[in-house]
Parts: sequence; C-alpha cells; structure tokens
Amino acid sequence: MLDSPAQRKIYAVTELTRRIKEAIEGTIGWVWLEGELSNVSRPASGHLYFSLKDEAAQIKGAFFRGRQQGLRFAPKDGMMVRVYGQVSVYERSGQYQIIVQQMEQAGEGALQAAFEALKKKLAAEGLFDASRKRPCPMLPQCIGVVTSPTGAAIRDILNVLLRRYPNVRVLIAPVKVQGDGAAAEIAQAIDDLNACGAVDVCIVGRGGGSLEDLWAFNEEVVARAIARSRIPVISAVGHEIDYAISDFVADLRAPTPSAAAELVVGRKADFEDMLEQYARRLTRALNTYYLQQKNRYDRFAGSWVFREPRNLVQRHRHALESTQRTLTHTLRNAAQQREQRLDEAGLRLRHLIVAGLKDRQNRLGQCQHQLRLLSPRSVLDRGYSITRDDQGRILRTSDRTKPGTTLTTLLAAGRIKSTVTETIEGAPHDRA
Amino acid sequence: MTEPKTPASHSFETALKRLETIVKEMESGELSLDDMMTRFEEGSKLVKSCGTTLNEVEQKIERLIRDGEKLTTEAFEPKDT
Repeated sequence: MLDSPAQRKIYAVTELTRRIKEAIEGTIGWVWLEGELSNVSRPASGHLYFSLKDEAAQIKGAFFRGRQQGLRFAPKDGMMVRVYGQVSVYERSGQYQIIVQQMEQAGEGALQAAFEALKKKLAAEGLFDASRKRPCPMLPQCIGVVTSPTGAAIRDILNVLLRRYPNVRVLIAPVKVQGDGAAAEIAQAIDDLNACGAVDVCIVGRGGGSLEDLWAFNEEVVARAIARSRIPVISAVGHEIDYAISDFVADLRAPTPSAAAELVVGRKADFEDMLEQYARRLTRALNTYYLQQKNRYDRFAGSWVFREPRNLVQRHRHALESTQRTLTHTLRNAAQQREQRLDEAGLRLRHLIVAGLKDRQNRLGQCQHQLRLLSPRSVLDRGYSITRDDQGRILRTSDRTKPGTTLTTLLAAGRIKSTVTETIEGAPHDRA
Repeated sequence: MTEPKTPASHSFETALKRLETIVKEMESGELSLDDMMTRFEEGSKLVKSCGTTLNEVEQKIERLIRDGEKLTTEAFEPKDT
C-alpha cells in the first residue's frame, strides 16, 4: 500500500535498526543456547567472537572479556558448548548475535549435577568426616602412587620425591586416568596397593585437564576404594580451583601431583637437622643441669648449716654458744690486758721521758759547767792572769819580751800596767 | 587382602615424639641426677636409631603388576611408555 509522500513514515537506518533491536531484545531476550563452536577468534582485546551452529543454522556470538572469569576451559572450534546470553543486534553491521554471559561445555551441567548428587550422598554416609581422616606417616617406608605411568604427573612426583629424599621407595600402580574403565582401574589399584602390604601411604592422582578428563576421580568406585583403603590416601587431581570427589574422601588433598609429593615426605635434610637439634638439646640439658647442681653444691658445701643434719644443730648450738662465750671472754680479757699494758707502757714512757729530760738537763748542766771551767774568765777567777806586750800579743814565754817593755796584765777584775825590769828564761810549765 | 605390616615409619614418629618429651623433661630442670642420666641415655639411643632409620631404606622405584590374582613388582623406568 503506497501512501502519499506526505503520509509516508520514513525511518532513518539507525532508527529502524534500533526498533529491530528493541523488538528482538523485547521478545526473545535471555536464553540458554547449545551448539557447536566455529570461527572462534580472540583478538588482542581479549573478547571472544564465534559462531554457534547446528546442522541447519548458525548464529554469531560475542563473549566479552569482562564476563570470562568463570570460564573453565579454552573454547575451540568443534567444541559443543552451552551458553547463556541475550540475543541482540549489533547496529553498526546490522547483524543479530548473542551476547554471552556464561559458557560451559555441553554435558558439563549434567556432570555437575551428578557430581553434586554423589557428593551429597557420600557426605551423608560420613565418608568426608574429619574423624575418618588418617594421619599420614612422617617418614613413609614405601610410597604407593596410583596414576598413569606415562603422564607428566608421575614424572613430577618422582622428581620431587627423589629431590627431597634420595633413598625413597616408590611403588607405582599404573592405571588409565581418563576414558572408559579408568575409574575401575584406579579403584582396583588402590585395593592392590593395600593388598601388597609394603606401602604405608598412597598418592592417587593425575595432571590437570577438562572436567571430563578428570571425571574418573569423581566416580563412586574411586571414592569407595579410597574410603576403604587402610593406607592413608593423598588425592592429587591437577585442578587447583575445583575439587574432585576423591579430594573429599581422601585423607589429604593436594592441588597438584607435585604438591602431593611434597606433602608425602619431608626433606631428608630437615629430618637430619631435627635429629641433630635433639642431640644438641640432650647434651645441653645435661650440661646445664650439671652446672646448676655444681653451683648449688658449691654454694652450700661450705655452709655449716647444710653440712649438719638438723638434729646436730641443737647439739652444736651449745658448743657454738660456749665458743662464743669463751671468745667474748678472751676478747674482753685481751682488751683489758692490752689496756693495762698500755697504761703501764704509758707510765714507763712518761717515766722515761721525765728521766730522759732530767738526764739531759744534768748533762747540760755539766756541759755548761765544763764550758765555764774552760772559759778564760774562769781561769782569771781562779787567780791566773793574762799578760800582753805593748803590741797586744799574749806572752807565753819570757824570751818574747825585754826589759823596758810596758806590759798590760788582765786580772779577774781590772788591769795592771807594768814595765819589764829583767827577763829570766825557763822551760815551759817550769814551776819556779 | 593382608594387613599392612607395622611400618617402621610409625616407630620413627613415636621415637621423635619420645625424644621431644625426654628433651623437655630434661630442660625443665626438675629431674633427679639419676633420671637425667637415664633420660640422656635413652635420648641418645633414640637419636642414633632414628638416624639409622633415615638411611636404612634404599632407593627403589617399582611398578605393581597384577597377574590374575597375583601381584608382583618390577623395576620402573620413568621413560617407559
């Protein structure tokens, strides 16, 4: 029906596209969609573009980077996936597409449901109870390993074990870890390791993979074999984020096979250090004890109280008291005697001093007397006189003068002047 | 299925625990000289026997082979396919 130009409703492209977009989003909106991935591309932006197809049709899809945190696999062409998203229109190219919020591998949901159901059932039986967990031996004599003999897991485990403990003993029970019959083989291997007797701890695991790859470890036969194992079991299914059922039943869970190997045995060097520490502490404790005892002994050995048993103390008290008395007495006597002696000594000293003084005074007197006797004056006193010639010379002999000389004679009191009339020679001290 | 033998590993652990007890008792300083000497001798023996345990096992990497109901072992070469 053609209207007149004035009545025509003319859309701009953008406007129409917007209407289409609104129509699709409004009527179809959010859906779950399953199909095969094709044309998968992931440009530098990190967004994921792809087509989903089945036998007869295909639809474009976009999975933006910001939504991809929950993605647990790498989407590839040919993979069957299930996506949840909104059907929308990309206006710039006029194409409709599904904007994906969540993507999982097809069948994953069913597996997840089976997983949850089994987990619930075994938990209800108490198979995950902490009380069931057996401690792993500190120093295993033989380590059992249930894994593929060709995978990376066994290489990683052996590398770690031999590095930590060079003389370790390992018994590998080789099994298929994925595909048909894998779960049954794993369960049988756990039973076999229990049967052979030598093994005292066991690692059950494999390296990382998709949920389907890891599925054997989520099967009930494996869970039951772990639960009935007398040997402690370490579950090591290489998927760090998710848990396998075997992780819950096992006595210990490791995120990877290498980590399991580290859990199962300590470093030999650490054990050796530990023993050395103990040896050192033993010796030190004994030494310290000896020194303490010696100190205590030394402190008390010299003590009278320590040496004597208590009943002897009484007896010895008397002896002590008597000794004290005697000692006091002796001391007092000694003091008195000393005082007395001191007094005597003082007296004697005083006497001596006095005597000494007197003696000295006497001697002084004598000396003064002698001095006086020797003095020319005392000679004059006794009647002698001193005669000098007219030149003042003392005359000792008569020949030193001649008649006519005037002499001066010194007497005890006064002088005489006289003139020589005759000189008479004579020997010295000749008594006339 | 046969019972696993009492593994030497448990005696190693027991020995270490006993050592810890002995050392702590000795370090407490509450023992008599006789007890100190007895503990010291026991501890020294434990250290020695634990040291022996650490070295008595020889490196052996084997694989378990099931032949019907019979279990045997053979040397395992990691390069095996």
